Amino acid sequence: MSTTVTRRPSAPPVREEQPRVEEHRPQHTFGRILAVVAVWVVGWAVLRGHQTLSLPGAQLSDFQKWLNGVKNSFDAARETNPAFKIVGGISDGLNWVFLHLQYLFSTPAPGRPVPEVGWVGVLAILVFVAFALAGVRCAVLVLLGTLAFGFLGYWQESIDTLLITLLAVLICVVIGVPIGIWMARSKGARAAITPVLDGMQTMPSFAYLEPLALIFGIGTASAIVLTVIYAVPPLIRITEHGIRGVSEGAVEASRSLGCTSPQLLRKVQLPMARRTIVVGVNQCMMAALAMAIIAAFVSGPGLGVPVMQSLAALDIGGAAVSGGLIVVVAIMLDRTTTAASERAELLARAGRRHVQTRRIVLAVLAVVTVVAIYVSRLRLSAAQFPSSPALQRPVSTFISSVTDTVVNSIEKATTAFANVVSYGLINPLQSVLAASPWWLSALAILALAYVLGGWRPAVTALVCEAVLLGVGLWNDSMITLTSVLVATILVVIVSVVLGVWMGRRRRVDTILRPFLDALQTIPPFVYLVPALALFPPSRFTAIVAALAYGVPIATKLVADGIRGVSPTSVEAAEASGATAWQMIAKVQLPMARAAVVLATNQGLLYVLSMVVIGGLVGGGSLGYFVVAGFSQDQLFGKGLAAGIAITALGIMLDRIARHAAARHGRV
Amino acid sequence: MTQTRTYDDQNDGQKDGQKDGQRGGRNDGAPDGAGESALSVRDLWKIFGARADKVIGTPDADLPRKQLQAKTGCVAAVKDVSFDVRPGEVFVVMGLSGSGKSTLVRLLTRLIEPTAGTVTIGGEDVTKADAGRLRDLRRHHVAMVFQHFGLLPHRTVMDNVGFGLEVRGVAKGERRARAQEMVDLVGLAGNEGSFPDQLSGGMQQRVGLARALAVDPTLMMFDEPFSALDPLIRRDMQNEVIRLHHEVGKTMVFITHDLQEALKLGDRILIMRDGEIVQIGEPAEIVASPADDYVRDFVSDVPRSHVLTLRYVCRRPDGGDPGEGPALQADEVVRDAARQVLAAHGPVRVYDGEDFLGIVDDEDILRVVVAEEEAVGS
Repeated sequence: MSTTVTRRPSAPPVREEQPRVEEHRPQHTFGRILAVVAVWVVGWAVLRGHQTLSLPGAQLSDFQKWLNGVKNSFDAARETNPAFKIVGGISDGLNWVFLHLQYLFSTPAPGRPVPEVGWVGVLAILVFVAFALAGVRCAVLVLLGTLAFGFLGYWQESIDTLLITLLAVLICVVIGVPIGIWMARSKGARAAITPVLDGMQTMPSFAYLEPLALIFGIGTASAIVLTVIYAVPPLIRITEHGIRGVSEGAVEASRSLGCTSPQLLRKVQLPMARRTIVVGVNQCMMAALAMAIIAAFVSGPGLGVPVMQSLAALDIGGAAVSGGLIVVVAIMLDRTTTAASERAELLARAGRRHVQTRRIVLAVLAVVTVVAIYVSRLRLSAAQFPSSPALQRPVSTFISSVTDTVVNSIEKATTAFANVVSYGLINPLQSVLAASPWWLSALAILALAYVLGGWRPAVTALVCEAVLLGVGLWNDSMITLTSVLVATILVVIVSVVLGVWMGRRRRVDTILRPFLDALQTIPPFVYLVPALALFPPSRFTAIVAALAYGVPIATKLVADGIRGVSPTSVEAAEASGATAWQMIAKVQLPMARAAVVLATNQGLLYVLSMVVIGGLVGGGSLGYFVVAGFSQDQLFGKGLAAGIAITALGIMLDRIARHAAARHGRV
Repeated sequence: MTQTRTYDDQNDGQKDGQKDGQRGGRNDGAPDGAGESALSVRDLWKIFGARADKVIGTPDADLPRKQLQAKTGCVAAVKDVSFDVRPGEVFVVMGLSGSGKSTLVRLLTRLIEPTAGTVTIGGEDVTKADAGRLRDLRRHHVAMVFQHFGLLPHRTVMDNVGFGLEVRGVAKGERRARAQEMVDLVGLAGNEGSFPDQLSGGMQQRVGLARALAVDPTLMMFDEPFSALDPLIRRDMQNEVIRLHHEVGKTMVFITHDLQEALKLGDRILIMRDGEIVQIGEPAEIVASPADDYVRDFVSDVPRSHVLTLRYVCRRPDGGDPGEGPALQADEVVRDAARQVLAAHGPVRVYDGEDFLGIVDDEDILRVVVAEEEAVGS
């Protein structure tokens, strides 16, 4: 080869100032993903069934047994340990408050056959509050909704749900608004609290259940704490956002006039952020309601209990009635707070005369309400909701029979769909994920995390995988992951199709959007009912519920992304003679890529939380263990481990999706 | 001082004029007795970035902005600025965006903390004031009008105007009376109950103006107050400021990027570039003898006859004061004097008060006007 090497005198390197050029690295992401998957599949084909770490349902790993021990020692320490004195104090306090709220409004008070305030009084109070906050239309809505509570036979449960939600929201406001304000005004606070909120919001609701039960025990107090923890992050976030969103100019002008810091907050920032904060309360309320229902698992009172019982008994009619009432509660709360936020400004702007008229009207209505309360304390008929017409049974029977008819008539189609998805997607995916040796899957996931998002999510994935292994639920986690991935794929397909359609046709948007908005106010728990009506209990049912839960948000994001594509680009493409399909494939979707990636990310998180709740309808794996942990004492450790695994899975997926979005979402 | 500049300075040609402008930029800003000035700024610096205070005093501080940023990561927004504003004066700070003018005005009441230097308002050192003193100063002595108005959308016009008094703790009745007075003064009567978003941009800025006036400040600061407005409304508002200045006689510091506006409003103009003072002087002086090419470029489009005064046009006659013929004052703008000069037979004498400065004839006037035509033509 080289015989003579001519040594050229190396010139001193010239260090001139070079214009900085962004190095353009071609990304072969897709090819690399294919390569990883190919290796994985080959490895699976060879080593299938070995070292899968599968653990039969009733069997516990050492760690899980240890958790059982922890639970027992916690239970034992509850009486003696000083730390538990504080927890016990909080718990007793919450229980006491809620019990007395119940005596007041929903359950027979001591020494009385009925609550202190009878149904007429409660109805009057709710309608009065709705009118004062949100106006006549909301008052009518609340009136009808509240009557439905009684006539459908769930008066006490519905009022309990309202009470627990409102109490939790009250606590959230007391805690969350000051924290939000603090974060908006102090960089240090923001830096310290934001990661905590991130973590809390990535955790699927189911993952909270067992650890809290461990500390607070089972019961109302636990349900309230659970609800507060779940519902407070959005309120903090939105409050912070609202305060920080106050126009820089207004703040500077106020400072230039010599405002003190409290004056600035009271006279400028809070009033200008008021609307946003009310939106935050609305979000908080929706989250609280969703969690208050799920809290039925820790023996929280309210409508969650009948839904859960009906689902367990496969009684679609019963589940539909109680689930429907949850939706009624959701709509009542949502409409009232939304209208309140819209009216806040109007009322502040209304003239003096208007304010006076309003005061008089409110005073009269207040008197009527007081009279109603008084009457409801005197007369039994006004205290106890009339037992007729009892609509619960006929309505639920009717729904059951209609569902049966419908389901039977479309059974062929639904079964075919279920089979296609099961055999075409779920089974192969689950086989590769769960039947490969654990180390192969782990490595493959790490590689995918690296390819998609770089080394940061890969590190997170490594830690999360270690957690999954450590809690002894690797195989079950892979099965849950399968459902999550399948549901996410379906969500992305459906939402891209619908979203593109909506983004391109304004009429379609106007028709579909209210439905999507309505679907979003429904607590996730309720989605199980129609899914279970259509399909027999199986992991597929959970996937369907997850699909229904994830599609609205993802579709809206895609539609907004398509709508956000610059009209000039669309016009230019049109002028060059692009067909509709070319327009979608070459202009609109690529330019809306950031939105599609975001939709995938959001869809993933929604799907995860739903797939887990799907443990109730035969979803199996992690979600099922959480449920089973409550019903069977010896499985508590496994349930707690499942909660940890769910959290790890959630954080892993979120980080990968987020970094992938940051990397590939650029337009 | 610039006003006492003599004939000799004028005809000494380009180079000297330039040097003179430089000198004006560095020194003329400071009046003889600093105690008399309404606002006095000395060696003021603002450097953004970590450890910005370490830069001043090192050779780095003299680096051009880009090099400083490349070397230390710091951005020098205001560099070693000193000037004084006389009571009752309208002092305009002019520069393009990024020249540091908006930062400068915020340093004056420490809406942005200066990195170094002193600011003295009404004899009090603002840079040494504690939080309470500073608040007091903002509440009573200095008021500001902002480019984007900075109104509070949830308050009526009346409550916006009275806001400064409210934070000061003035009782409601008194506050409303004063606010009403100001609303009338800026011509917003009848809109007291409106909310800002129901008003046009010009009207919103009138609210901003009234809010600043309501606290009866000794010093008013305007940060590009009219650049967000339509040209016609901008002209109205400029006239409004001139009217208010006549009526209330406040000292004003006015920030703008618009040379026409600066020339129209300013008693004196400070021109800034990259955080540094390029020139300070009266409008006519800036137009007549720009400190450097940057300023010259700026003023090249200005109709000179509208700005130049006879002081800059007249020349010393060969035989001293001719002692006869019509006489005009040196501060007369060329455009206003043109008709009289052209109508006179022979040259017109120019006086600065009692002092004879020189003469102008048709030729001198036409040179200004025709040169302008050519400049516009090219």
